[in-house]
Amino acid sequence: MSKPDDEKKYWLDEPKNIDKVFYAVLVLCALVAVPDVLSLFNILYHKHIEFEFENIFEFYSLYGLVCYVGLVLIAKKLRKVLMRDEDYYD
Amino acid sequence: MIEGLNPGFILIFGALLVPFTGGIVRSILLLALPVLALTQIYTLGLGTWGHYEFLGLSIELTRIDPLARIFGTVFCLASFMGMIYAMHVKDTIQHFVALIYMGSAIGAVFAGDMVTLFVFWELTAISSVFLIWASRTERAYKAGMRYLIIQVSSGVILLGGIILYYQETGSIAFNYIGLTGLASGLILLAFGIKSAFPFLHNWMQDAYPEATVTGTVILSAFTTKLAIYTLARAFPGTDILIPIGAAMTVYPIFFAVLENDLRRVLAYSLNNQLGYMVVGVGIGTELSINGTAAHAFAHIMYKSLLFMSMGAVLFRTGTIKASELGGLYKSMPVTMVFCIIGAMSIAAFPLTGGFVSKAMIQSAAADGGLVVIWLIMLFASAGVMDHSGIKVPFFTFFAHDSGIRVKEAPMNMLIAMGFAAFFCIGIGVFPGLLYQLLPYAPTYEPYTASHVITSLQLLFFAMLAFALLMRYKIYPPELRSTNLDFDWFYRVPLKWLALAIGRLILVVWNWVLGIANDIVYSVINTTEKTHGDGKALARTTTSSTAVMIIVAVLGFMIVFFYRFVQQPPAS
Repeated sequence: MSKPDDEKKYWLDEPKNIDKVFYAVLVLCALVAVPDVLSLFNILYHKHIEFEFENIFEFYSLYGLVCYVGLVLIAKKLRKVLMRDEDYYD
Repeated sequence: MIEGLNPGFILIFGALLVPFTGGIVRSILLLALPVLALTQIYTLGLGTWGHYEFLGLSIELTRIDPLARIFGTVFCLASFMGMIYAMHVKDTIQHFVALIYMGSAIGAVFAGDMVTLFVFWELTAISSVFLIWASRTERAYKAGMRYLIIQVSSGVILLGGIILYYQETGSIAFNYIGLTGLASGLILLAFGIKSAFPFLHNWMQDAYPEATVTGTVILSAFTTKLAIYTLARAFPGTDILIPIGAAMTVYPIFFAVLENDLRRVLAYSLNNQLGYMVVGVGIGTELSINGTAAHAFAHIMYKSLLFMSMGAVLFRTGTIKASELGGLYKSMPVTMVFCIIGAMSIAAFPLTGGFVSKAMIQSAAADGGLVVIWLIMLFASAGVMDHSGIKVPFFTFFAHDSGIRVKEAPMNMLIAMGFAAFFCIGIGVFPGLLYQLLPYAPTYEPYTASHVITSLQLLFFAMLAFALLMRYKIYPPELRSTNLDFDWFYRVPLKWLALAIGRLILVVWNWVLGIANDIVYSVINTTEKTHGDGKALARTTTSSTAVMIIVAVLGFMIVFFYRFVQQPPAS
């Protein structure tokens, strides 16, 4: 993978491998979500919290997901207002 | 070495030798100076040196305490790293000003009084602009001019504040000031400009992306962190800094999502990271100040690493626009790995620098019961995952293949990136080493099961959000564009106003000039009419005619006085 070589087919060039990456992300998310499920039954994991609302089931996961999507959607709306040509100031 | 010499002077004096060296000698000099400065810091230990009385002011050239030492240490490391990264550059001016700039930032950190601070403060501004101008483009020239105006203004405001402060207190010692009145307000404003407070921030996003490949890396490490240091020194526990910092964590991330120039994305993300540090200063507890110092340290490492990787891409491909890049993992795989290490570190993945530093500030906010601030910072952390954690590496090295095939980055750049990556991971794995340098006794334990799991949940679900948005083509595409930010106000309406005022002055000036011209012409014309060639008063006459006229006038006067003026009666 260290040599630039146009002839060479890279693993990521295969569209179905991109699907594999997507599913890998899903699996990782499922894995990190497990401790909150365990803590529902008080097995192994006890969340150390500062605020009461951190006890909401999958608080951090949901907060991360919602904030990220919210950020991108708001930014998309802002782009309509803020975007100009590349040489706007020139 | 001179006893108690401010370590900053080592780089500044060393810079004076640069023009007389070349080749390998210069390379050795450039690398040796930061090492010497770092040695000086730790040989001196803690204390104060260089006391002078100057015009009744107590100057203290060198003061090393734990707060100054951690910033000075990371500045020396960043100088060393920056010099390795710039080793291939043959431009004497860039080497010279870079050393002056880094030296004055280190000097400012170790300044014990505000006059010394002011001198170094201005020196950082004046020297750094040459790193922007070194690009030698029209855009860089203009951006550098705007940068210089704002930076020097910060210095002038600082000087005003220092003078008023001296009148109020009779002291120029640089210690806790606190926001109490006009003097301290001006000082805070000066620090705020360089810390890139909201609406005072655009100089950074404007100028940094226009600097040279190596210049941006060096610029990104010093100016703003110097300002964070001065805030932590003079304004810890100043409440207003908490909302200001929280706004700083959020405001820039929307622009970072939209921006196409990846070095500008990083400048916005730098701004966002400074927000956490400002919040830490505002909370002002031992934990939060420790958090600010630790975050500044870790931040310089991962932010330099990100800027270096994007610099390498710009150096090889000639562009840094996300819309034109993609698929570079095929030709620059090592740079890609370093970029991802930097990206994971800024996003605060466990075992990286950001994880052990940012959490202290987050935790200090929770201890203070600042729910809203805490939630805002957590939101911003998800945002960091987007623009720096994913967007920068993804659109450069993956996304659609742009077809660009280049060589891997030069060896010196890879070594410099390796140096930063080593620190990013080193700090994450052995946080104890960094914690030893902190201004207060470390009490924070980053590696609890809860902290690791909640962080991973936040980050992986943010990543999932990105994957979903890409899969369903909702994620905004990278477009060649300019996004209007606050600088629009001074780059468009204010510029228009300034030009309009200029035109008005021109009109008034022309009008005044016109009237003055008319007056002068009328004087000349009148004179011409009477004294002009052949006119009455300029005519020459013969002497006999002149004598005749004089005799006639005398005769007339004699008759006149004899006939009409009475002799006074004799008394």
